[in-house]
Amino acid sequence: MTRYDSLADAVGGTPLVGLPRLSPRWDAAPGQPAVRLWAKLEDRNPTGSIKDRAALMMIAAAEADGRLTPGCTILEPTSGNTGISLAMIAKLKGYGLICVMPENTSAERRQLLEMFGARIIFSPAAGGSNQAVAMAKQLAAENPEWVMLYQYGNPANAQAHYEGTGPELLADLPTITHFVAGLGTTGTLMGAGRFLREKAPGIQVIAAEPRYGELVYGLRNIDEGFVPELYDDSVLTSRFSVSSYDALRRTRDLVEHEGIFAGISSGAILHAALAAGERALKAGERADVVFIVCDGGWKYLSTGAYSGSLQQSAEKLEGQLWA
Amino acid sequence: MAVEVKIPTILRTYTGGAKTVPGEGDNLAALLDDLESRHTGLKNRLVTEDGSLHRFVNVYVNDEDVRFTGSLDTALTDGDAVTILPAVAGGSAEPGTGGSPACGLAGGSPAPGLADPVR
Repeated sequence: MTRYDSLADAVGGTPLVGLPRLSPRWDAAPGQPAVRLWAKLEDRNPTGSIKDRAALMMIAAAEADGRLTPGCTILEPTSGNTGISLAMIAKLKGYGLICVMPENTSAERRQLLEMFGARIIFSPAAGGSNQAVAMAKQLAAENPEWVMLYQYGNPANAQAHYEGTGPELLADLPTITHFVAGLGTTGTLMGAGRFLREKAPGIQVIAAEPRYGELVYGLRNIDEGFVPELYDDSVLTSRFSVSSYDALRRTRDLVEHEGIFAGISSGAILHAALAAGERALKAGERADVVFIVCDGGWKYLSTGAYSGSLQQSAEKLEGQLWA
Repeated sequence: MAVEVKIPTILRTYTGGAKTVPGEGDNLAALLDDLESRHTGLKNRLVTEDGSLHRFVNVYVNDEDVRFTGSLDTALTDGDAVTILPAVAGGSAEPGTGGSPACGLAGGSPAPGLADPVR
């Protein structure tokens, strides 16, 4: 069924596609089990990113518990995609939206947010996501009439993936052995990871986290660090830190070898998925490795990620939040 | 085992400003003891009194988080790259800025822990 009563109803149900060219071994042979990679194309959601799932569920949960009523204004710290998803659903449902976001995010994200009618409050680039979160918390305290959904600590964020992403993956690929996703709010990994661990015993749940230049954060000491309230490391089996360079390289591999035009964080996730696949190959084990394509590449064209030398592009990305 | 340790900016006061320092040890605990012998005070910033890693500190061996490989018992071999990073919203901050070799620009080779099957 591909007919829906509204755009919000069209969230989820995204395709899972094989990567026969990038997989370590797509076809099995005697004594050589297949090690296959599969991409979950979350760019096929209505606003073009996986964040539609969390935004829809967080708004539904806030409506159900009475915090969100018609005419309310939603406040959220976001580096882009969550804001764009919230803006679309807020528009459909008649809510206002204020996004607090670092000023060093891509121009396309700002333009999309403004197009959907969201108001943007910029936090200083030097303070990174940490300061956007801190500023949003302060604004929420000063403006109790605004409703902060707070994706980093809202259980509905993870629940969207426990009820949606996880079951979709298991239904499409019952032989799944690895699930690889990005670690930001941690909602995708916590939700889908928990579901898959319950239903697919022995599955590996692998996190790929972006590694930015330190200036992006402006940390003065270790105690200013931040771990999302949703994060529970017992759900994961391993966690990789991926540089801008490797993320870019894999993003280009995706489009060059498989025709998938993805955003940069998806390249970082593919990098970790390939590492998991190579380990399985060396161990002589069958593997079906699923990784998340979080969004398409459209919003990152202005970053120069897709043209010129990799080194030049990586240098341009320094100082930007690309995930 | 001789390894290279990348130090984040906020901890370079303990290394005389050095971005990377050499160290030795069969596992991470031994490495941190070795570093402490030359960079007094560094270990206390990374490990709590009960002997576990500080909540806002992430340590990676060849880009893999040691909390999933045995924490301080994680074994080290010659040539491993150990990276210390502060935990931040949306990812981890990298030692060095502006296209430093730490972000993988030097030579463009993959990190040892992450295979490179694409040829």
